[in-house]
Amino acid sequence: MSFRDVWRKSVNIVMFSLTGLATLLTVSVLFFILGYLVWYGGSSVSWNFFTKLPTPVGEAGGGMANAIVGSGKLLLLAALIGVPVGLLGGIYLAEFGRGTFSHFVRYTADLLNGVPSIVMGIFAYTIVVLPMHHGSALAGSLALAVMLVPIVLRSTEQFMRAVPVSLREGALALGASKWQTVATVIVPAGFRGIATGILLSLARVAGETAPLIFTAGGNNFWAQGWNQPIASLPVMIYNYALSPYEDWHRQAWAAGLVLLAFVLIVTTGSRIILSLGFQSPRSG
Amino acid sequence: MATPKLILMNGTSAPQAQPAGGNVAQPATAALKLRVRDVNFYYGAKKVLHSVSLDVPPNKITALIGPSGCGKSTFLRTLNRMYETVPHARAEGDLRLDDEDILTMEVTALRRRVGMAFQRPNPFPKSIFDNIAYGLRVNSSHSRAALAEAVEGSLKRAALWDEVKDSLHKSAYALSGGQQQRLCIARALAVNPEVLLLDEPCSALDPIATAKIEELLFVLKDSCTIVIVTHNMQQAARVSDQTGFFLLGKLLEVNDTRTIFKKPARKETEDYITGRFG
Repeated sequence: MSFRDVWRKSVNIVMFSLTGLATLLTVSVLFFILGYLVWYGGSSVSWNFFTKLPTPVGEAGGGMANAIVGSGKLLLLAALIGVPVGLLGGIYLAEFGRGTFSHFVRYTADLLNGVPSIVMGIFAYTIVVLPMHHGSALAGSLALAVMLVPIVLRSTEQFMRAVPVSLREGALALGASKWQTVATVIVPAGFRGIATGILLSLARVAGETAPLIFTAGGNNFWAQGWNQPIASLPVMIYNYALSPYEDWHRQAWAAGLVLLAFVLIVTTGSRIILSLGFQSPRSG
Repeated sequence: MATPKLILMNGTSAPQAQPAGGNVAQPATAALKLRVRDVNFYYGAKKVLHSVSLDVPPNKITALIGPSGCGKSTFLRTLNRMYETVPHARAEGDLRLDDEDILTMEVTALRRRVGMAFQRPNPFPKSIFDNIAYGLRVNSSHSRAALAEAVEGSLKRAALWDEVKDSLHKSAYALSGGQQQRLCIARALAVNPEVLLLDEPCSALDPIATAKIEELLFVLKDSCTIVIVTHNMQQAARVSDQTGFFLLGKLLEVNDTRTIFKKPARKETEDYITGRFG
């Protein structure tokens, strides 16, 4: 073997190892985090954790029921505000969007997607918290909703575009109007994809802390209403992790584990929905 | 050299009654289902149809043949304005359906009267029943019973009823390719179109499924006028009453099918039919 061959072969091996190593690192980070959370938080995830309110320092048996429900409520309201906007905007871009205006909207959505989440928090703080003089579920949800919009918009657009043109033509050729075609053929055909995009966007914002800290505030008890401060898992983790108490740290680990489990379940679940294929028809 | 228009007139309406070299104003246009005069078509700045004129008599099958890219599918899509889904596509000229102007007609109304089936079967991802009922549902509201009756009637007209009557609520995707194509024809028939446009309806089908569609066309022409684009010359010869030959965006020749295939007036037509090009 010439020197050249040896050189080429070793470069080959080195590069292959490097790419493999990087891949392995990516995967192992997730399992490392998961293992760490289970190790430190697993013992604190108990029935009480899901059903009880937080207890004062030193008192055993407390939970984060209010934060779990709070996160759920925040996500629900955020979805109610953000999903329709993203969905309809995505439909517009996919079906009616041609020309410079649509390019502008797409570009704006991508920019919005890249805006740091704490900036979304400042936005919601300015328009909701300042006038109300206190944090609220509404403000938190608004911050999350603003984050949802661009994600839902872009994924909806992409899945609508993936629906074969032949289906569109089939409906139009039968005398359906453009909107009837969209509503009765394209959206149903792309439904799985669109729903997956929505679920993934919810999983994405479920763990956001920065936009909630000074909008939703925090609450050690059950929230009294949508216009009152509300507890959420990410903010709870933030507060508990910063505290000097050992048992609060354990609670924070447990909350992290629950949050990660939620995200993993939603993400995996939506992948499964999608892999069933959005081509497969649902009979009616 | 005869102009395309003169040849065209020889082939319009009842060929035997047509005096050779008759002038454009003469034929009884009221008897025509579709009357097309000097249609030009553009994709942006590119002109793809050059002054196409064609008469389509009612209850006849008109076949359009020609090599790929000759404009025959584009022409077909001017008849129900399906080209409008393509940005910057534009048709100009005089297109009439029963003497009504196609280009200014309300497009959904036009497409209800001029139905279409495509090259590849394109059933919706819905049940067989919902596929057929689709055109009825988007156009007006119907009672459950009326829908069921219309679905049965359309499936019978498309000779598909016996094969699917026990699985109406199963997915249309479970059908074979040939059945799917007949389903798409049945779907078009459900709204009772006066004209049925078929854009190479058999190109994705095997010979048996093709034969079934062709049989179907013979029956259907009693109740509607059919314009079919086909790459298959034998098919044009078998099913059609008149045939038009497209080349490079021009309708070079149109005449009754027997004449086109036995004694075409143009050398290009003969060359294409005998397989010397295309």
